[in-house]
Amino acid sequence: MVVDELTDRDVDLIFRALADRTRRNIFERVLVRGLSVSTLADDYTMSFAAVQKHVGVLERASLVTKQRQGREQIVRGNMPRLQRVSALLDVYERIWIQRDQRIAEILGETRSST
Amino acid sequence: MTVISSVKDPVALTLIVVSQFNATPEQVWDVWEDPRKLERWWGPPTFPATFVRHEFVADGQCRYYMTGPNGEQPHGWWRIRTLEKPRRIEFDNGLAGDDGEPMPDLDPMPSSVSFEPVDGGTLMTSVANFTSVEQMETLIGMGMKEGTEQAVGQIDDLLLALH
Repeated sequence: MVVDELTDRDVDLIFRALADRTRRNIFERVLVRGLSVSTLADDYTMSFAAVQKHVGVLERASLVTKQRQGREQIVRGNMPRLQRVSALLDVYERIWIQRDQRIAEILGETRSST
Repeated sequence: MTVISSVKDPVALTLIVVSQFNATPEQVWDVWEDPRKLERWWGPPTFPATFVRHEFVADGQCRYYMTGPNGEQPHGWWRIRTLEKPRRIEFDNGLAGDDGEPMPDLDPMPSSVSFEPVDGGTLMTSVANFTSVEQMETLIGMGMKEGTEQAVGQIDDLLLALH
């Protein structure tokens, strides 16, 4: 899947979900095209090691993959994985909100009053 | 009940839902502490939960099963890590086998819930922190999907008010 196939709204929703600003920024950049860790690190004031750590977090969540290319490690975004995780979190969010609605009923509130 | 916020972090595999109830923290705590009340909300209407063990103390163990429309009975368990009545509960939330005991090869999900008194009620913050995507697939798929799809329209309205 290429990023062009997603609407701006889709991308907004997904990025809103990525809580850390730097990781979100890294992820956004490697979705468009693969970038080496050193290229990524050039654009941040933090250390190479700190950027590498953020990439590691994204990699453990399988949101990016790393591939060796010569002396460089190229980081690429894994959009299908992000969509799966987002879909699962959506389902679990519904489960919790429904639980909260049932708790409200037990507490004697009218259903889903806002 | 008003959903105050819902934050999903797909990197940390975390969901945080904050809701406000028109009740005191003690009253909201009670729907967790009283197993007969807990049974009325933990599972969806099509998968009601039955708690066969409910040791609501630090290091306490809980065992439950849910009964689905086709007679299926998925089992689950909690281990209470911390209780601070009526402010905070920390517990591990896992799946159990047919014998009702924890499945050894599936890590439980660390969870917490906190209760904060506010003007006109109580804020309840539920935090679920999955440890892997595979765990999410298994726990969320615990035969509950049918139940969660029932009130989707109604929930969409609640979420719409948030964004």
